[in-house]
Amino acid sequence: MMGNWTLNNGGNSVAKYSLMVNGTRRQFEAEPEMPLLWALRDVMGLIGTKYGCGISLCGACTVHMDGTPVRSCTVRVSDVGEAEITTIEGLADPRNLHTLQQAWIDLDVAQCGYCQAGQIMTAAALLADKPNPSDADIDAAMAGNYCRCGTYVRVRAAIHRAAGQMASAQGLPAATVGHWEPARTEAQS
Amino acid sequence: MSTLIEEVTRAVKQQGLSRRNFLKLTGVAGGGMVLAATLPSAAFGADDLPTLVGSAELNAFVQIASDGTITIYSANPEMGQGIKTALPMMIAEEMGANWDDVVVEQSPIDTARFGYQWTGGSAVVSSNYERMRKLGASAREMLIGAASEAMELPREELRAANSEVVHGSGKKLSFGDLAALAVRQPVPDESKLQLRDPSEFTIIGKSISGVDNLQIVTGDALYGMDVKVPGMVFGAYQKCPAIGGKAVSANLAVIKAMPGVLDAFIVEGNGRVDQLLSGVAIVGTSTWAVFNAKGRLEVKWDESGASKDSWTEMVANADRFLQGPGKTQVVNNGDIASGFSNSSNKIIESRYEYPFVSHLCLEPMNCTASFVKGTGGEADSVEVWAPTQGPMGIAPTLESLFGVAKDRVVTNQTRMGGSFGRRTSAEYVCEAVAMSRHVGKPVKLTWTRQDDLHHDYFRAGGFQSVRGAVDEKGRLVAWDQHAVGMEANGRPVFGSGFRQTEFPFLNLKNARGTLSLMEIDTPCGAWRAPGANTHAFVVQSFIHELAHLAGRDHLEFLLEIMGEPRWFKEGSAGALNTGRAAGTIRLAAEKAGWGKTLPEGRGLGLAFHFSHAAHVAEVAEVSVDANRKLTVHKVTAAVDVGPIMNPSGAENQVQGAIIDGLSTMLGQKITMEQGRIQQDNLDEYPVLRFPASPDVAVHFIESDFSPTGLGEPGLPPLAPAIGNAIFAASGYRVRTMPISDEGFTV
Repeated sequence: MMGNWTLNNGGNSVAKYSLMVNGTRRQFEAEPEMPLLWALRDVMGLIGTKYGCGISLCGACTVHMDGTPVRSCTVRVSDVGEAEITTIEGLADPRNLHTLQQAWIDLDVAQCGYCQAGQIMTAAALLADKPNPSDADIDAAMAGNYCRCGTYVRVRAAIHRAAGQMASAQGLPAATVGHWEPARTEAQS
Repeated sequence: MSTLIEEVTRAVKQQGLSRRNFLKLTGVAGGGMVLAATLPSAAFGADDLPTLVGSAELNAFVQIASDGTITIYSANPEMGQGIKTALPMMIAEEMGANWDDVVVEQSPIDTARFGYQWTGGSAVVSSNYERMRKLGASAREMLIGAASEAMELPREELRAANSEVVHGSGKKLSFGDLAALAVRQPVPDESKLQLRDPSEFTIIGKSISGVDNLQIVTGDALYGMDVKVPGMVFGAYQKCPAIGGKAVSANLAVIKAMPGVLDAFIVEGNGRVDQLLSGVAIVGTSTWAVFNAKGRLEVKWDESGASKDSWTEMVANADRFLQGPGKTQVVNNGDIASGFSNSSNKIIESRYEYPFVSHLCLEPMNCTASFVKGTGGEADSVEVWAPTQGPMGIAPTLESLFGVAKDRVVTNQTRMGGSFGRRTSAEYVCEAVAMSRHVGKPVKLTWTRQDDLHHDYFRAGGFQSVRGAVDEKGRLVAWDQHAVGMEANGRPVFGSGFRQTEFPFLNLKNARGTLSLMEIDTPCGAWRAPGANTHAFVVQSFIHELAHLAGRDHLEFLLEIMGEPRWFKEGSAGALNTGRAAGTIRLAAEKAGWGKTLPEGRGLGLAFHFSHAAHVAEVAEVSVDANRKLTVHKVTAAVDVGPIMNPSGAENQVQGAIIDGLSTMLGQKITMEQGRIQQDNLDEYPVLRFPASPDVAVHFIESDFSPTGLGEPGLPPLAPAIGNAIFAASGYRVRTMPISDEGFTV
């Protein structure tokens, strides 16, 4: 690890870290055991990554480490090393959204919205790996991301929508199509 | 913009400015306008009403900037139920605004200006529909008045649409151009405001993406957890695992020496679970520092006054209770005895059970509080940032607990990361304030997931026995239901009682309903569709049992119980309308293909429930294998809540309620022994994941009844629909939730 050393801070061990987060090198002091989640939120002020369970079971804290989705609540800052971290804030420029972010808005996926940054980060890694996922691919990749409000139907549909748009932007045939049919209204019976 | 309104309101309050002055001041200061309207008396107690626009009790929801941006305040808390989008839609509709010009801001907490600032009971849409539209109509009339002056045309010939006031000749002026002039217009008389005919609607009834969606998908700050204020430190709070125990001593010296810990101390509290229970506070430089230290905390608790509740004992007590009818008779219609004694009738009796469950909001309870000690004769003050369903209740609570005058408390409402009825108490706010007062700095208190599960206000568990008789023609002729619930201080806890009007009592000639209650100390509270979320499981499952006993089709049997179209209390949205009920039951059945041929091991299950003024029917299609592995293929819902404000948001609520209902019934169960909640985290409290999540199809019947809310009523029919489908698929009758207790997996 580059440039890390231990200080004695009033009896408490802290170390200096220099991490690549969203393309920017960030230097800070923290206890080596501090999970990346809390370093992002409390030290770096990147609050888009959320705390839900603290034991890697809800997915709200999902970030990318060298492109792979990880649960930042159980990755210690001292274990990040030179890996490049991407958080929801670094997924795309807010003025030029990632196709998935736009699909989330277009399909009005969120209810409370608290889990959605984690959902999008896992989905982004899925599409980078499998640009044309089936429902089963989506279910398998997303199984670790819990949504308390139950937006799973729309998350699936939004991933399909984004996959299709990304494929057609590259001149490829339309990707998989989701099978969520929006609500219909009936005349008064 | 909020600063402007606050300044103006303060000026109005302090100087007693007339409305005219107020509007001028606003126009000059902001280059825009503030429109205000009185509140209709229907929604709230008449005594509380702000009546005179521009008086100290003004209401202000709308501003228009000269560039045409229309800022609309959303005054009620947002927890994912969609009102931050839906309520401003109502205002914008009546104004004639183009939704693309609208910016929605969460309002400050000031009930004198904004009315009742609370959310719950799926009631915000119904209680605000007319009021919001009047606020919009008032704004529209002022804009038209301004255009009439500017264009020298009669106002009767002008109309507002697409953020413009237009004349038949083609002349038009934009809202932005009219803003400065509009503030000088007289505020219309509320009683003369004309509301648009729904056939003219361009915003209400259209699918509109949630106003916070861009911030949500980019990770921008919205939630209580995201609050950051200068000088803030981080806090954790450990309460006694046996609810209500008191902290006697703790290894505070060890804790204070841990990395990042700034202070640790015992808080005595006032003994109230909804305010400030005794505990150990830890304050530090990061959330991790205080969570980490909390893990090393050793506390000596005085548990003499703590809960001793035991689920095992509750189950045993229920067996004794259920040997006869309950002590309290809630319903006694007609004569049940003859139906049960007639030897040609068929009789069945079943026992149902449902557990305590947790809200499990993904954003745990948290609050940021800044307590500022008054100096130089000035009184103390507090500012809090809180995710709460009841922000208007915070200031009075802090006044009573900390002696800080109500008008020295500023409450900021944040978006909530889920609530489902959870965030209606103020204890996490009181804990943060107590900690801030002690350390003299702003403190952001975060509960760990374990704290959140241990110190919830749970949906109470319960037990029911139901006996029914069908005659030779297969008609339901007698119904006897005994519910065993929980009470605290001699009163049923939230959702444990039932009323005479609960379905199916009013539908049946011969029915008895009795209630028994066990005294408990475990806190219980509103959990999505209180009462209905367990009652529907019992009633709708048992009706299917009776249909089967009678050898009849469930759909036909249920419609027969519903009977002729009638409204049990004419004009009351809170009363079951059997015609609307039958409409949803028929539609759900039709859309789900009721009666279709299905392969072995696959079945359809139907259920209906009326709650929160909503008529909802659901049909589940499931497969069950020999090992009780359950696959839920699809759930079809038919919903009648009158006109739909935002179809996208409305459908999302029903989709979510179905997933929530399934998640809850599959494996969720909170148990307690010696007053201690035994589940710590998601590994012991499983949740529904993507692979087991079904397709959901939602159908709305847009009847002409007044609109009602959708946050809760989609949930209750789900559990019995699944249970009935399991029976159809496998012949196994589910009578216990969670069904993992009966050996089911997904």
